[in-house]
Amino acid sequence: MNLYYYASPATFYPLAGRLIPWFAALAAILTAVGLYISFFMAPTDFQQGEGYRIIFIHVPAAWMSMFIYVVMAFWSAIGLAWNTRLSFVMARSLAPTGAMFTFVALWTGAFWGKPMWGAWWVWDARLTSELILFFLYVGVMALQAAIDDPRRSDRAGALLNLVGVINVPIIYFSVKWWNTLHQGSSVSLTRAPSMAHIMLWGMLIMALAAWMYSIAVALVRARSLIIERERQTDWVRSLLEEKP
Amino acid sequence: MNWESWGAFWAMGGYGLYVWGSFGVTLLCIVGEIWLLRRHRLQTWQRLKRLKSWDSQ
Amino acid sequence: MLRFLFTVIRRDIMLAARRRGDWLTAQFFFVMVVSMFPLGVGPEPSMLRTIGPGVVWVAALLASLLSLGRLFADDFRDGTLEQMLLSPYPNTLLALGKAIAHWLINGIPLLLIAPVLGIQFNLPPEALWILVLSLAIGTPILSLLGSIGAALTLGLRGGGVLVTLLILPLYVPALIFGAGAVEGVLSGTGAEAHLSLLGAFLMMSLLLAPWVSAMALKVSVE
Repeated sequence: MNLYYYASPATFYPLAGRLIPWFAALAAILTAVGLYISFFMAPTDFQQGEGYRIIFIHVPAAWMSMFIYVVMAFWSAIGLAWNTRLSFVMARSLAPTGAMFTFVALWTGAFWGKPMWGAWWVWDARLTSELILFFLYVGVMALQAAIDDPRRSDRAGALLNLVGVINVPIIYFSVKWWNTLHQGSSVSLTRAPSMAHIMLWGMLIMALAAWMYSIAVALVRARSLIIERERQTDWVRSLLEEKP
Repeated sequence: MNWESWGAFWAMGGYGLYVWGSFGVTLLCIVGEIWLLRRHRLQTWQRLKRLKSWDSQ
Repeated sequence: MLRFLFTVIRRDIMLAARRRGDWLTAQFFFVMVVSMFPLGVGPEPSMLRTIGPGVVWVAALLASLLSLGRLFADDFRDGTLEQMLLSPYPNTLLALGKAIAHWLINGIPLLLIAPVLGIQFNLPPEALWILVLSLAIGTPILSLLGSIGAALTLGLRGGGVLVTLLILPLYVPALIFGAGAVEGVLSGTGAEAHLSLLGAFLMMSLLLAPWVSAMALKVSVE
């Protein structure tokens, strides 16, 4: 397999077009299965009642928010090291979806915290780090949006992304440290020690669904970016003629 | 099956607001993202076509 | 090599000395922001003592961000920056020199003003001493990380606000350890742990930040 062949926008564009329906279908099926498990198979939690069912989106969304940031950093690093245009396009296509999942994780965290802790927002270590991760996403997207020249915009965003990814563990550690000093153990997110297997499966399947969804959405966004950037090339020109 | 009736399903044992508030907003975010993406794609296509038609004139 | 570093630093200090108005703005901003808080939350001494370290630290973050906009912008506008990037010396040294100069010009005055502001907030003398110490370790971090943001937003419309958006989240560890050290003295748990973590964060920024901001400069200028 020749990686350089697939790294060329002209071959990537139709390939992505063929792959998108598959990822979208997988996402839809996995979501349906995941929702079925979360509402009809997973038993009622003996401590939290039915309210715990929020974790079936909260935890996968939080996982995805962190995972996407790391994947973005991976593409940014490759782009900066080997100067491949496609990697920057991938990093840029992932950012809005990552920010969306971060927002979902924060929102569902608040809606879970209200009945469980009695407050919409608690400065818990994980919620706080998630909030800062959201700010990091906003920073990268704002920087990319502010620069008109695509080449500079890609590189500047990639550098900021990499600085952010080095900082995320430090931020998480510092927030955790701050949290233990200020609140002791009054608030703790730890769940019942023996979580039923079916609950774990529900979360895993929902996380897989979110993963497939992210790939499908990122590929669609990448395709739009590619034809916009390559509009002067022959293959995009003939593409524009083909489609009415 | 966990639920005795649709009413019990929507009530979520008293946590209805929180559970449906979370799932609803998530659904809204996903639908919103897909809609924005679709619009962006269509606009890009239209703009590129317009640019091209100016070129060939 | 070292001569180049000193030349960069000396040049920036001389330029700042000729434009004292700009320089004073950031310092007065610091004083004013801090003085607004008692007016907002009320003059109760114990409350002021609790929020004092955090307020002074947050104001220091904002004041250093305020002065960052000009870190590279003036040199970029008249073309000096491009010439300096073309010099035979590593660009990392240039970025390091700029960050050090920014700290000397804008960081050190903050250290000198901070104890006076701490007195406004009823901080006891030992806490004042730790406040200055934590700012002494912490403000170089602000200059170093800030230089990355300044380099990335070089020459952009609304660059000043954008820097805030990019850099404030990265300042979080410095804020937590810095303000935490002073609070540690107030609550009796001691400041050593916070200060050593802050020092470790400074070492890491010192190693990585000049290198990244040199790359960012190249991206922005080319």
